[in-house]
Amino acid sequence: MKEYEIVIIGGGSAGLASAIEAYKNGCKSILILERDKELGGILLQCIHNGFGLHMFSEELSGPAYAERYIEQLKELGIEYKVNSMVIHLSKDKIIQYVNPTEGYVSVKAKAVILAMGCRERTRGAIAIPGYRPSGIWTAGTAQRYLNMEGYLVGKRVFILGSGDIGLIMARRMTLEGAKVCGVAELMPYSNGLPRNIKQCLEDFDIPLYLSHTITNIKGKDRINSLVIAQVDDKLCPIKGTEKEFEVDTLLLSVGLIPENGLSEEADILLHEKTKGAIVNESYETSVEGIFACGNVLHVHDLVDYVSSEGMKAGRAAAKYMKGELTQKEGFQTEGKDGIGYVLPHKVNVDNVEDKIECMFRVTGIYKKAVIRVYKDGNLFKTIKKQHMAPAEMEKLILKKEEIEDIKSVLSIEAGYE
Amino acid sequence: MTKKEMACIVCPMSCHLEVTLDDNNNMIEVIGNTCKRGEVYAKSELKNPVRMLTSTVKLEGGLYKRLPVITSVNIPKDKLFDVMKEINKIEVCAPIKVGDIIISDVCGLHADIVASRSVERTDGDNRTESNTCNSK
Repeated sequence: MKEYEIVIIGGGSAGLASAIEAYKNGCKSILILERDKELGGILLQCIHNGFGLHMFSEELSGPAYAERYIEQLKELGIEYKVNSMVIHLSKDKIIQYVNPTEGYVSVKAKAVILAMGCRERTRGAIAIPGYRPSGIWTAGTAQRYLNMEGYLVGKRVFILGSGDIGLIMARRMTLEGAKVCGVAELMPYSNGLPRNIKQCLEDFDIPLYLSHTITNIKGKDRINSLVIAQVDDKLCPIKGTEKEFEVDTLLLSVGLIPENGLSEEADILLHEKTKGAIVNESYETSVEGIFACGNVLHVHDLVDYVSSEGMKAGRAAAKYMKGELTQKEGFQTEGKDGIGYVLPHKVNVDNVEDKIECMFRVTGIYKKAVIRVYKDGNLFKTIKKQHMAPAEMEKLILKKEEIEDIKSVLSIEAGYE
Repeated sequence: MTKKEMACIVCPMSCHLEVTLDDNNNMIEVIGNTCKRGEVYAKSELKNPVRMLTSTVKLEGGLYKRLPVITSVNIPKDKLFDVMKEINKIEVCAPIKVGDIIISDVCGLHADIVASRSVERTDGDNRTESNTCNSK
């Protein structure tokens, strides 16, 4: 069986960044396994601009952003295989994959980096009532069809969910001549970035129905109309508020789920909120030597953050290879009131270089609010925040000397002064 | 004097801007931006809103049938559909290099439509020059 120092599962933004960083930190025996026809992952279908402001101080399209990393990877001569689907991953780091040229192959790795990304939630995940006709797509599938294959999936469109992919598809389909009748969002706030509400909906006068959901889908072969209704504060539809739209297409932008089938097979512990692995400061999972980064770990809204997380995981995996990571429990992190989750979940200060970045999401909209940071239950820091929303990931940077005295738990809380 | 709230669209940070306007809709002050570009955006959005436009053109000889393209600079918001019409007339052949000009000075807006990725020829015929073929 062929052996590698590091095998990376997934050649998207997280996988690419982690490979490059691991290589630069001394690991030369690396293999990336990618199931699609080329490297780049979801970036290849995200043809809109706005990528790379943090990483390159430029505003690039998704494919152009991916190309920067792919070029670098090729220059370094890092090995990768496309059309290669990993089907099994074991705790002892044996990876089995299939591809059309080699058939069924097993390889052994000293360290594994999980970078499989995420999947879209489908109609089945949210149980919309009504008929089951054709013409109902997840927004990302419609995006791939339009931007890579060249097919517009419909002419009169309604979008459920205000996630960024849905908003971006509303603009994209409008520009290509489709009529987007509206976007319905179950929550009283949008789940997309404010810039996308502005430039994808408001610019084209596409109405956004907050606190609304779909209550019926009509059409036997192809969808021909759908009904939306307002919901009350328990998210139940209110009778008498129904509106009907004649459409031939429904796009769903109702959330993403990290794709952790392989992680579960390797007995990696997952977090209830993020649906990704539980990781420590080195992005190492509960299985020693298996690391995770990017959307398979927790769903991000900015690719720049995915790349930077990939770099952290790549650097840590390289340190692990050199025996420079110490294995110790360390302290936990926790999200208190108003915080959905905090990542990393555990911190061993010995492995922290000079600072640690804690990523977290709030559970509601906060204006002119504060973030409170507690060390072992004692208030340590209060940070003012003009605006926080569940759609925008927040970052708290703590210096190593600030966390060295924490014994059991670092807590973050959102609230008002 | 009036106040106006807007979301900055310059980058995904989506800063929440609070703009103070005088009686002639001129900007007096903007707060909430975390970089200089937010101020520039607010000013332009009030007087002459501009956008980057991204789309695709037909592609022959590559792994996929579409080539993603982007405007080289911002264009006026009310010209988006005119530019889309021009983009949809174009067909190109691989190989393509990222940054290749696909349409120069589109609609006389002093903006080019450029390739936003590179594409190799799938039949291995990687001529160095990229060529616009069959422009309809």
